[in-house]
Amino acid sequence: MGRLRKLLIPGVDKKLLVRDAVKTMPELTRRRFITAGTSLGALTLLTGCDVVDSSSAEELLKKVSKFNDAVQAWMFNPDALAPTFPESMITKPFPFNAYYDLDDAPEIAGADWKLEVRGLVDNKKSWTLDELYKLPQVKQVTRHICVEGWSAIGSWTGTPLRDFLKLVGADTRAKYVWFQCADKDGYNSPLDMRSALHPQTQMTFKFADQILPRAYGFPMKIRVPTKLGFKNPKYVLSMEVTNDYKGGYWEDQGYNSFSGS
Amino acid sequence: MTSLAVSDHQAETATPAKAIQPVWVRIVHWVNAFAMILMIMSGWQIYNASPLFGFTFSRSITLGGWLGGALLWHFAAMWLLMVNGLVYLALGFATGRFRKKLLPITPSGVIADTKAALTFKLSHDDLSKYNSVQKLLYAGIITVGVVIVLSGLSLWKPVQLHWLVSLFGGYDIARYVHFTCMALIVAFLVIHVALALLVPKSLRAMLIGR
Repeated sequence: MGRLRKLLIPGVDKKLLVRDAVKTMPELTRRRFITAGTSLGALTLLTGCDVVDSSSAEELLKKVSKFNDAVQAWMFNPDALAPTFPESMITKPFPFNAYYDLDDAPEIAGADWKLEVRGLVDNKKSWTLDELYKLPQVKQVTRHICVEGWSAIGSWTGTPLRDFLKLVGADTRAKYVWFQCADKDGYNSPLDMRSALHPQTQMTFKFADQILPRAYGFPMKIRVPTKLGFKNPKYVLSMEVTNDYKGGYWEDQGYNSFSGS
Repeated sequence: MTSLAVSDHQAETATPAKAIQPVWVRIVHWVNAFAMILMIMSGWQIYNASPLFGFTFSRSITLGGWLGGALLWHFAAMWLLMVNGLVYLALGFATGRFRKKLLPITPSGVIADTKAALTFKLSHDDLSKYNSVQKLLYAGIITVGVVIVLSGLSLWKPVQLHWLVSLFGGYDIARYVHFTCMALIVAFLVIHVALALLVPKSLRAMLIGR
């Protein structure tokens, strides 16, 4: 995609790099993690104390982010619906956005693909695309809001996730539904159960009434109009109902995990 | 009240030894200054991820290093800004400070004081009384402060607070409102700091009260 890639820091704080090198994080993660970059030096000057060029600031920010998760969960009204729009307002072309170029997007053969269902569910059977297509579907025209600030209105059609969770006998008292995807470097993202059960949260099979194109996550994406875009995983391979916080591709790099709108 | 102010006709209204800037004003002022700078610098980095205009902010003046870091700073400093701002508004109304200090604002007063300021004839003898330009700027910036918080909330929670987003005319417009308020605050900050340096005793009053 490029938007985020352009933001990669040219001069990365060496101390942090060394410290992070011992972690088993992938290279990209290490480079992107909350760095005390040059700009933080400016704050050190302003405040006259070294509050930022240290892990203590990073730890504090992480704690506040966790606190923000709790506040947002408390604010979250499961009955509050994301605004819907007339089809005339759909953004054309709808942007492709990822941490890689479209050429590097996963190419999945629909006939071979199966959705794996794991964790706290009664029925762990895998689902073929044909089986999933037979489930009742609904269409929504909602606004996709990216963490970067831009937004676009799109049309998504698929099965409400809560219906599917009911169908497979998921323990809906569990904390998360965790998605693993086919994106390079292994995209994954946790979705809190209340958001997973939100009436507009959808297993999406179609975009603009057409079979979901590769750019938007073929064969299946999870559309969560109450979350920022990065909490809407594409190219989904499996879902796991779990009480464990398993982290996520962006969440591990510092994006707020709840990130609900 | 300074000895200057107590000397003549203001003596009857002045309470001896009373600070020009009460201690609560000084505390919320500097907490706000700190929070505001964090919000603006991290906000610039967030802006850079998806610029509204044909420019980005130099990374040397932004906070957070990248979008994720900037968001962490922005959503941490927002608590400081919000809580401090609410304390300021509550005390401003409860103590009558807003009414006493900022009202009335008349167009004729603003014009007269602007002329006086531009010809360097504006009196700064009594810092406890704001001139009309100050009243207008301070009342204005408080309003901008309220709008930037409300537009920020609508960008943060566009589903939960969709009525607020509608009030701004939609999500995209709320982004422009949020940016415009930032620009106004930065412009205010430049003037405010320049004038404080021109009249150093006003800075002293905000630091030690008198």
